[in-house]
Amino acid sequence: MVAASVADDSTLIKRPNAFRRLLRRKGAVVGLCVVAIFVTIAILAPWLAPYDPIATNFLQVRKPPSSQYWMGTDEIGRDLMSRMIYGARASLQAGVISVAIAVCLGVPLGLLSGYCKGWVDSLMMRVVDALLACPFLILAIAMAAFLGPSLTNAMIAIGLTAMPIFIRLVRGQVLAVTVEDYVEAARALGNPHLRIAIRHVLPNVVAVVLVHSTLAIAQATLAEAALSFLGLGQQPPAPSWGSMLNVARQFISQAPWMAWWPGLAIATVVLAFNLLGDGLRDALDPKES
Amino acid sequence: MLTYIVRRILISIPTIVFVSIVVFGLQLLLPGDPALALAGEERDPAVIAELRRIYHLDEPIWKQYLIWVGNVLQGDLGESIRLKLPVGDLVTAKLPVTMQLASMAILIAICIGIPMGIISAVKKETPLDYAANVVALSGISVPSFWLGIMMILLFSVHLGWLPASGFVKPTESLSQNLQTMIMPAFVLSSVTTAIFMRHTRSAMLAVLRSDYVRTARAKGLREPRVIFRHALRNAIIPVVTLGAIQLGELMSGAVLTEQIFTIPGFGKLIVDAVFNRDYAVVQGVVLCTATGFIFLNLCADLIYFLVNPRMRG
Repeated sequence: MVAASVADDSTLIKRPNAFRRLLRRKGAVVGLCVVAIFVTIAILAPWLAPYDPIATNFLQVRKPPSSQYWMGTDEIGRDLMSRMIYGARASLQAGVISVAIAVCLGVPLGLLSGYCKGWVDSLMMRVVDALLACPFLILAIAMAAFLGPSLTNAMIAIGLTAMPIFIRLVRGQVLAVTVEDYVEAARALGNPHLRIAIRHVLPNVVAVVLVHSTLAIAQATLAEAALSFLGLGQQPPAPSWGSMLNVARQFISQAPWMAWWPGLAIATVVLAFNLLGDGLRDALDPKES
Repeated sequence: MLTYIVRRILISIPTIVFVSIVVFGLQLLLPGDPALALAGEERDPAVIAELRRIYHLDEPIWKQYLIWVGNVLQGDLGESIRLKLPVGDLVTAKLPVTMQLASMAILIAICIGIPMGIISAVKKETPLDYAANVVALSGISVPSFWLGIMMILLFSVHLGWLPASGFVKPTESLSQNLQTMIMPAFVLSSVTTAIFMRHTRSAMLAVLRSDYVRTARAKGLREPRVIFRHALRNAIIPVVTLGAIQLGELMSGAVLTEQIFTIPGFGKLIVDAVFNRDYAVVQGVVLCTATGFIFLNLCADLIYFLVNPRMRG
């Protein structure tokens, strides 16, 4: 009981420090603000979008940016700004849900592998090695191909492909934590394995998972855009930045603005998550404190 | 040394076995009856029955796997449903194109990324360092397919300097081949350049702080000699091994680049196969890429072993 309250107190003391350290990093703050802006845009899409993102207007085909259409229109007269706003939903949703799938599967499996050791660990590590040997994008394309092209399947494919790195990361952390004195003490007190794993080992893995998740969202957002660009993600007419780029490349000489915005948006979001991830890594690194 | 090499090769074998299970397992993701999926638009029961027989779909799954592995070990990766050609032949025909693209990309990455990393470390916390960091961060954040489109817009549409797409074999015309490949290679190299720059910078920063570099400076050696003869020779070791791993990553990145510039390589083969539901080709490409990746990882470990005297000691 006393030990628990001490642990809780130390967590309470550490949290503001880590957050303050994060806020001291300009790059991380910029990343956090940009992510917050894009998340807000995605949530408020129905109220922010000036037009229906899938409504066509054949009198306004491929119009350059103007006061009426701030980002111009596409090949069938749809407002690009509205499509960009709704596209933020698909891209961010894909980034977050894919990583959530990877975390939900990867963390328990990594915990199991590191905690059980022995043949369970050896077997799981060989499977992880095999999955990591398949290049990320090629495996995601292959999975999306077999599952069928859709945003949901793209998210599943990206999540499954991103999972092995979480297994390896968590397993490494668990191996380091399980030899600590407090885990030995918990074992000596007769705590069941599940309780030790969840109450004593798992909390020590959270920081690493959080940092890698942020960086993985950047990768997953890029992967979703790549799959949609290839026609394996979001299906028309629903907007996504990747699929918008796919259409834009066919009209690159007639309507280059169709390609400007989705690419800029993807690069900005990915950069923001990378900056935030780097900042989080520095802020949560025990060597920094 | 021989023991290390043999042990490292032996470790790769179970990984390749599991890769084969993963690649074979991909077909289990097919929703519904795989025979119907393979048949596509065809609904003739005789055709479906024939497909079942050809692909042993009536056999238990472990037996299907053993048959498939047996064929793969004999060099039979199956047949393309669309092209009616052995997958092995298709892979062999397309691989040199992607290898050329990946090799050119890694060369560009070495020529830009490593000098940028050195300058960034030597001129730490100066505008040059900040500029190099911005370029590196952009390299890992800007989607290569967008960079490709933007480069086509600039160099092909506006300036008319380079062709927007297409491929000419080097045996036909080397200059035309280079003209068609330089822009895709540059696009493909963007991420690797950024990774090389970041790794060289951090390795150089660590080495430049070390005692022997301080001693070299104290001896009165000129700065270029300290940097290139003493610091870079040690800092470059992890970057060299990284190069072998990055070559594997470039094979993966080539999928998008080949799609944008319509280059008939490995990447275009898998994307075309995906849209034609040519699953044997998809499996063949994934298997070959993964095996190549394992081989390159093996090479990276061996290079590290060879170039790092401490490992040999």
